[in-house]
Amino acid sequence: MDNLTRLSLKDLRDGLVRKDFTALEATDAYLAAIEAGNDKLNAYVAITADAARSMARASDARIAQGEAGPLEGVPLGIKDLFATKGVHTQAASHILDGFKPEYESTVTANLWRDGAVMLGKLNMDEFAMGSSNETSYYGPVVNPWRGEGSSKALVAGGSSGGSAAAVAAWMCAGATATDTGGSIRQPAAFTGTVGIKPTYGRCSRWGVVAYASSLDQAGSIARSVEDSALMLASMSGFDAKDSTSADLAVPDFAAAVERGVKGLVIGVPREYRMDGMPAEIETLWQQGLEWLKAEGATIRDISLPHTKYALPAYYVVSPAEASSNLARYDGVRYGLRVTGKDITDMYELTRAEGFGREVKRRVMIGTYVLSAGYYDAYYVRAQKVRTLIKRDFEEAFNAGVDAILTPATPSAAFGVADQDMAADPVKMYLNDVFTVTVNMAGLPGIGVPAGKDAQGLPLGLQLIGKPFDEETLFAAGRVIERSAALDLAPAKWW
Amino acid sequence: MSVDADTVRRIGRLARIRITEEEVAAFEGEINAILGFVEQLGEVDIEGVEPMTSVTPMQLRRRDDTVTDGGYAEQIVANAPISEDNFFMVPKVVE
Repeated sequence: MDNLTRLSLKDLRDGLVRKDFTALEATDAYLAAIEAGNDKLNAYVAITADAARSMARASDARIAQGEAGPLEGVPLGIKDLFATKGVHTQAASHILDGFKPEYESTVTANLWRDGAVMLGKLNMDEFAMGSSNETSYYGPVVNPWRGEGSSKALVAGGSSGGSAAAVAAWMCAGATATDTGGSIRQPAAFTGTVGIKPTYGRCSRWGVVAYASSLDQAGSIARSVEDSALMLASMSGFDAKDSTSADLAVPDFAAAVERGVKGLVIGVPREYRMDGMPAEIETLWQQGLEWLKAEGATIRDISLPHTKYALPAYYVVSPAEASSNLARYDGVRYGLRVTGKDITDMYELTRAEGFGREVKRRVMIGTYVLSAGYYDAYYVRAQKVRTLIKRDFEEAFNAGVDAILTPATPSAAFGVADQDMAADPVKMYLNDVFTVTVNMAGLPGIGVPAGKDAQGLPLGLQLIGKPFDEETLFAAGRVIERSAALDLAPAKWW
Repeated sequence: MSVDADTVRRIGRLARIRITEEEVAAFEGEINAILGFVEQLGEVDIEGVEPMTSVTPMQLRRRDDTVTDGGYAEQIVANAPISEDNFFMVPKVVE
């Protein structure tokens, strides 16, 4: 039943509640799509078919009793970063070989509480460190999109590459994802999907494998703005088990989707107009502003003067936090263990074999910037710069700006094993140049498909909001989605 | 600032990651490329600026100092590569 996988999350849920089809039929349709295409796309690293069918049967029982939850019977993919009880949870790393947690992350527990069904675990960059999903121990995810007339394999972005590809290729109705520097919004832009990174503290980090704790935030990737709002509402909420969880009520995000932008002030930061930015990105950005203006928003030029320092500050703060968070992988409590002649030898050999190249590089950078004599010069300075980045946004919002529109990425999806990116780590890092500021300031950001490049590949725009004002992002994102009216179905080759 | 081969070896030891001699030169180049990129933070005037300690204004919550969790040692060691009687087993560290 291919057609069930083509329904939006909203229509699927409504059809289930109306009993047009059963949750088991919907789950079987998605499992068949995964079975048929995953060898080519490599989006899933674990498929939990039996558990999915039993969750779907339980959903059908609840629907029959009139007790359907908000996501009852909706089949979802879960990024491998979320702890799922008794199920593959390895952050796509060799060092967590065989790890099956004894507990469930709060975000996934919230989704199951609301009736959702888990199809399996999704591929990602190892420990969420990457922008192309090529650092995964399980190999790269392949983007379901290809350039017109081309069969060249493109990346799905990262780190949530499996989430984005699975959603775009109709292998799940929606997916969980996480974003530390752009890992939801960049893959969403590369695959023509909608990705929301909510405000820091909106979703609990409990049970999410930690990369950089002051930046990590869970969110969703879905095929429309409305679908992403429905998913985020279920994922969010206060959790006493996360000390940075925000004790705030979760708004009805879906109710905000059709609110429109009349009377809103949309900021356009001049510092995001980068040297060498492709003309099609500039055109897309202007088009987005025109659409918002046509619906009654006011466009205002603003300045965020510390923008260019966000990425360098990120590459001090995030490796520093990673070097501390990843110290726990020592071959003692879980995962891989390589025997050595003494305990230090065991630690060093286990971590040498278990971590991939990018992870080693970031742990070493973090170790260096935190080491005696360099702490003030690197880490403290970067945290001061971070204060200034956040202040830039506060000043814009205090002056009456409601949301900020920027490009999501500097380009469309690039090729798997791109030589330029492989030769220079900084070139790969520049993928996050428009998104990383948002994590540094803890703000919400949404990536929405807004156009296509000359090869017919999707391009996205990003909206940045005030703290805990995801609603405005859904409303403005919907205006862009509706105005662009794109055909976001990649031609099926897999 | 930049790192030399000896510093790369020292960072590897501090991070408890075995770096082979063949890997040292490549790590040296990559780490220096990243350090070169972050060097531009030196241009920013940070006089009188407080370092960020929390990205959202919040007070760390407190709770009563009581035991609220635990009592399942077998679950804690369930994923250990080697365990015995609910203890993690490691190579001998004290003679």
